[in-house]
Amino acid sequence: MSQRKAIYASKLKRATHLLFYKRHMKPGVKGWELRKALGADYPKVLKLLDDHLKAIDLQVRTVFEEEKDVEKPSLEQLDKARHFITLRGEITPKEAKMVGWRIDDLAGLAITISHIISNRGKATRKEVEDMLRDKLPGWKVGLNIDRYIRYGYLIQDENEQLYLDWRTRAEVDQKALIDLVLAK
Amino acid sequence: MQSKREREKEGRENLARIIETCKSVEERSLDPFLIDVNENISSVKEYFPEWTIAEDLCLDAETIHHLASVIKLQGEWVKHRSTSLYTDPFLLEEKLKSLPKDEIIETFVQAWHPIIELEQISVHSLAEATAYWINLLPVNKRWQEKPPAEVQIGSASREELLNEKILQDKAFSEELDSFWHELKICVQERDDVKIPYWGFIGRGTYEETVQRAFMTSFLVTYGYATLEIHPLEEEIFIRPHEEPETKIGKNQLVSIPISVSVEEWKKWKKGTLR
Repeated sequence: MSQRKAIYASKLKRATHLLFYKRHMKPGVKGWELRKALGADYPKVLKLLDDHLKAIDLQVRTVFEEEKDVEKPSLEQLDKARHFITLRGEITPKEAKMVGWRIDDLAGLAITISHIISNRGKATRKEVEDMLRDKLPGWKVGLNIDRYIRYGYLIQDENEQLYLDWRTRAEVDQKALIDLVLAK
Repeated sequence: MQSKREREKEGRENLARIIETCKSVEERSLDPFLIDVNENISSVKEYFPEWTIAEDLCLDAETIHHLASVIKLQGEWVKHRSTSLYTDPFLLEEKLKSLPKDEIIETFVQAWHPIIELEQISVHSLAEATAYWINLLPVNKRWQEKPPAEVQIGSASREELLNEKILQDKAFSEELDSFWHELKICVQERDDVKIPYWGFIGRGTYEETVQRAFMTSFLVTYGYATLEIHPLEEEIFIRPHEEPETKIGKNQLVSIPISVSVEEWKKWKKGTLR
């Protein structure tokens, strides 16, 4: 193995450890942390890792500070972004149960996210609660919204307006979700 | 024909109504195009010549500010509608309501790529934790109170206690009494019933002057003397009482701040202080 290849193999291992294992309260690793551990060429290491992960249906996902995805990010934008490992393909509803979600809670999350997306990224908590109450028991509605906020799917401001938070941006393909709902 | 007052009143009501409508659009994420900005701007323009007082001009500025926010929202609205993410919220809501739970889940999992994260103990972390445990003292030893530092017992002289300011040369009440007598003597020497404030407190050094101002404040507070203030002449006199007077309950007590700064003391020394 050439020396260059050996260096990248070692960086790949280090990147895998950093990205897979939980290090902070929030999952994922900030770009500047990766630069510190892997060197300035960490975007290249992430690309290599992403290629390796394809075979096992995983991917490296980058969530930028800006709300939207950036097509050609600068090094500064990558440094500030958070990088995660997410599932590349789809899971079945049965598998969703295995990742710790009850079907009701997941349906509530799906409805909440879709509603917020269609309302230009924000909706009042009351509106969302009314929607969920239609199909979920009343006592569960508030608890569920709090849970979505705690997990990082939603964020709430002082006027009780709900917005999509970092986890939704990391995990949910918003356009695909709306297209799929409308196609049903 | 409307009087000017009536027109002003009507204008204020109109502006308040515009502000309220704008606020409801901003806060409840309603369609910002519900507001006819042109019409509202004409209304603001129409009443503008009537405003003469600052409050009305502020109301006018606030209206313009809220209308500007609505225009910004309209811009965002147009931008959003032109993106591929736009869908009619009502259409989507209807869809969501009609879908059974299972189908919603089926749809969502196709667009959901959950984060993968692991929590696992490694041999290395176990070894580190064991080493930490071995070096960790038992709780009763860690939280033990430290014994007070040992000090040697000895005796202190009165002079040492005076130097440390633990004891005073005289008791405070004795000191205040002698200060009061000094004030009375000063007044008698002037053949008057009062003495200018700075004439009594002013001394050769600034420290001594401040000390006398401090004692004088107690003379006044405890009723040994009173201050006489002539605001027009900017003069303050201090007048001693023959016997201490208790004012509590008779008159309302007031605090009078008197500045005794270095500059004032210097002016007093030069004789230029008024």
